[in-house]
Amino acid sequence: MTKRILTLALTLVMTAALFIGGGQSAWAAENGSTGDAELIVGIAADLDSSLDPHVSSSSAGTREVLFNIYEGLLKPDTEGNLVPAVAEDYTVSEAADQYTFTLREGVRFHDGSEVTAGDVVYSLTRAAGLDTGEPLMATLANVAGVEAADDKTVVVTLSTPDVEFPAYMTAAIIPEGSDPADGIVGTGPFRYVSRSPQENIVMERFEDYWGEKARCAKVTFRVIEDGQTMVMSLRSGAIDLAAHLEASQVAELADLTVLEGSMNLVQAVYLNNAQPPFDEPLVRQALCYGVDKQMVIDLAGDGHGFAVGSSMYPAFGKYFDAELTDFYQPDAQKALELLAQAGYDAAHPLAFTITVPSNYTPHVDAAQVVVNLLDQLGGAVKAEIQQVEWATWYSDVYQGRQFEATVCGMDASTLTASAMLSRFVSDSPKNFIGFVNADYDAAYAAALATEDDAEQVARFRDCQSILAQQAANVYIQDLADFVVMQPNVTGYRFYPLYVMDLGCVEKTA
Amino acid sequence: MKLRHNKNFTAGAAITAVMLLIILVGLVWTPYDPNAMNGAAKRLAPCLTHPLGTDNFGRDILSRVVEGAGATFLIAAATVAIGLAAGLVIGGLTGYYGGWLDEIVMRLNDALAAFPSILLALVLIALMGGGKYNIILALGLLFIPSFARVVRGEVARQKSQDYVALAKLMGAGDMRVLFRHILPNIVPVLLPSVAIGFNNAVLAEASMSYLGVGVQPPDASLGRMLNEAQGYLLTAPWYALSAGAAIILLVLGFGLLSEGMGGDYGAA
Amino acid sequence: MRYVLKKTGVLLVTLLLISLLAFLAFQIIPGDPTAKLLGNDYTPERAAALRHEMGLDRNVFVRYWDWLTGFVTGDMGASYSYGMRVAEVMEGKGVVTAALSLMAWLLVIAISVPLGIALARWQGRRIDRVFVAMNQVFMAIPPFFLGIVFTYVFGLVLKLFVPGGFVRPQESFWGFLGYLAFPALAIAIPKAAMVTKLLRSSILDQMDEDYVRTAYSRGNSRWGVLRGHVLRNAILPVVTFLAMTLADIVAGSIIVEQVFALPGLGRLLLASIGNRDYPVVQCIVVIIAALVVFMNYLADVVTQTIDPRIRLG
Repeated sequence: MTKRILTLALTLVMTAALFIGGGQSAWAAENGSTGDAELIVGIAADLDSSLDPHVSSSSAGTREVLFNIYEGLLKPDTEGNLVPAVAEDYTVSEAADQYTFTLREGVRFHDGSEVTAGDVVYSLTRAAGLDTGEPLMATLANVAGVEAADDKTVVVTLSTPDVEFPAYMTAAIIPEGSDPADGIVGTGPFRYVSRSPQENIVMERFEDYWGEKARCAKVTFRVIEDGQTMVMSLRSGAIDLAAHLEASQVAELADLTVLEGSMNLVQAVYLNNAQPPFDEPLVRQALCYGVDKQMVIDLAGDGHGFAVGSSMYPAFGKYFDAELTDFYQPDAQKALELLAQAGYDAAHPLAFTITVPSNYTPHVDAAQVVVNLLDQLGGAVKAEIQQVEWATWYSDVYQGRQFEATVCGMDASTLTASAMLSRFVSDSPKNFIGFVNADYDAAYAAALATEDDAEQVARFRDCQSILAQQAANVYIQDLADFVVMQPNVTGYRFYPLYVMDLGCVEKTA
Repeated sequence: MKLRHNKNFTAGAAITAVMLLIILVGLVWTPYDPNAMNGAAKRLAPCLTHPLGTDNFGRDILSRVVEGAGATFLIAAATVAIGLAAGLVIGGLTGYYGGWLDEIVMRLNDALAAFPSILLALVLIALMGGGKYNIILALGLLFIPSFARVVRGEVARQKSQDYVALAKLMGAGDMRVLFRHILPNIVPVLLPSVAIGFNNAVLAEASMSYLGVGVQPPDASLGRMLNEAQGYLLTAPWYALSAGAAIILLVLGFGLLSEGMGGDYGAA
Repeated sequence: MRYVLKKTGVLLVTLLLISLLAFLAFQIIPGDPTAKLLGNDYTPERAAALRHEMGLDRNVFVRYWDWLTGFVTGDMGASYSYGMRVAEVMEGKGVVTAALSLMAWLLVIAISVPLGIALARWQGRRIDRVFVAMNQVFMAIPPFFLGIVFTYVFGLVLKLFVPGGFVRPQESFWGFLGYLAFPALAIAIPKAAMVTKLLRSSILDQMDEDYVRTAYSRGNSRWGVLRGHVLRNAILPVVTFLAMTLADIVAGSIIVEQVFALPGLGRLLLASIGNRDYPVVQCIVVIIAALVVFMNYLADVVTQTIDPRIRLG
């Protein structure tokens, strides 16, 4: 009998091994040559329910995937320059209020049709909301008219001059008359195939792509919301590549290919300035003194990460004001004094909840350290963490503004200073922290109004100073971005924006 | 109280006593502050200063396991307390009075029993939201039917006993008869159910916190720690193993105790 | 036959009750779904229009009836989080959970029936005592912890499977089953320990019965008695228990799917709970509960065929 049980157990294990072994060998045969490889990429959040590229409220995680599928007239390169994509070239009028784009020959949509001026006019009209009066993309609110001069030329007229305008021409070009809700058709190096909620998104190489063709035949994005499972899946080889990991996760994966870049976002404890207790600047400043950002970087990120003091990160070059980083020197005494002025002490502690999206390990970990640091203020602060699903965070915290504090990252959709700073203008629909400050609004408006570069830089820096002085948020860092790949995967490139360019990623057998 | 399987009872009592002792000590003293982070001592392997090593934030794993076991135990205790209290009242009243109310409550009980317990707990969490206190409430509600069933059966059996008739003759009111006379007599039958309840509550808490809907970071709980440990399986397997071992010992202790007292472990 | 009819009637009533409970719970308690659907665009007028469009302004029982008839005909409503029908969202995920649960359940039987019988035969010997003690420990292991241990031992160290990997049955049926094997084993082992223990003691109880002594006195061997007489009776409580176990196994698979990152109903359920996508949650809950009730019904009917004595229930 013992033998029989043993045999049974052995058979079970062996059959299991056989099944899996069989699966793997079939796999290897399919992926023999380089160009046919299928890449499996882990992503921490499912995409938004809408994959409409013109919806400006789309999340960064959705935009970085769609980067591979949709293209604009121009697109950013790895240096942060704008390079021609669907357009071949453009000219700007003397007054900087009229841009003329010449379309590239032979650019095709994923459905096979060739891109015409009509498609471009339709796409930009739709995104700028010229037919409805409500711009889908806030960045295009300045567009007054889009016209086709001929089959290959499109003229965009602005209401007010704007030298930064080309940065917004990364808006996706879609076929005339189409609605992304009915089918996802772009001009990018990959073609959308399918999605399964909470499971995956599949795209294929677009063989008629105008530029350099993608190296992998197929890319499957697997939704892995659990940070631990992500590490395990890399470890086991179930996925080929994952980006946006943090140092502690990478420590477990040292024998794989690890690239370190920057995540190009501002991680902070974002505070709801519109509601108590954080409508009181003293309380916000107290938290800034109480949270030692270097400790957060050391404890949660193993020392990787770039400390920042306002809503701007170093990739912005001249716009980034490094001196603001130490605007608040860590000082527990000072924090306690400010709290006392606001009426909080150990007997009447400041109690609040930090809502964090559970799928983003770097934010959950940073929140843990923040709570730990605030605990050391002699009981005057009682912070609690509440983890929520990404979609709930997005609808409640970001869109609904129902929160006290949250740890998350804010990124820029284009490489313009206004992409980082526009959200804090009092009436901005993206102003989820409810920051209201007349000086800020004035400085921001002045920056947009001027055509003088030095003046503009100075005004944008003023905006950052105001955010720091007002302690709008407890600014922490631009996170280190770790990309981990299996040893047979190469070619990943970092951008100064939050994008994941998979066209140049190669996988060998 | 007659102890049917004395060996089980002794083993269960011993394991539970050791675990309780560790938890009690942990309430007043742990080798380190379980939440204290230390950047200079991150991800250490087990060594003399940190017998189970340290985690990703340099927190002492032994201290966290002890603290986590305490948190899990307290949640289980609160859960059982809610289930037992409500079960006593509902089961006592329906068992004592019988009739149509009894019929309705018991049918409802049966319908609820059709749902897997984790599923019901998740439904409640879906409606109320997660977190430590909601978990206690959700699991407590979940445990009411099984306690109510046991109490009801026992009360219905006891109410025809002589001592109940005697108490009534002496003028005791219904409530007095039920709670002062009958209740003490059903305690021996109830004890194994309480032990099974603990057993299930520990498992349920660990599952919910593992899934991320229970105890929130940075607080420790055995389920949460297992979730965290999963990412460090290859470099720090002892992390997962120590948290898992603590769960197993708690469950095993209560399971054996319950069986030793004549309960039917596993059938609950 | 009357017994089966009666049980079928009870089954249908219970199914209706479950669906009504689930419907009411998710329709009444969570508040206004239009707030979530509209997000930033929320205005009372738009909300009212949307409520009308969704039919939320009608009587709750009318809505229940609509939902129920839709559900039975395969139209389970629209998801709040995805611009899809619930059936589309769940596509391909039910198969994973069903296959995983079934595989675990068959493993429970495959492990516990031979082991239970063997231990009863070897009652009192050292091997019996060792197994009984081990059984006790295995019963106390939570399936998700066993899953983590399997991931470590069989996945990362021995590399028998790829943790976090998965293939759809359409792509490779055997590969699909292979990826389910270890999760199924993790769910099955604690339950198998319980069933083994139950079967062993059930057999030993029967061995003390008078009819067993009579059979011995007729010169039958111990094994002969066991096979010929005892098993048939001893298996009855086990069948009932096995049916009850299925509820736990399905519940176990919800959690174990997380450990092994399998894209089944469990993961969808948890994500949908987090996203408050109530139409999806409601459907999954009803499907799982209905499955459990149906299995219990089957067990009742099977028990009755094995042992006509309990016909009157």
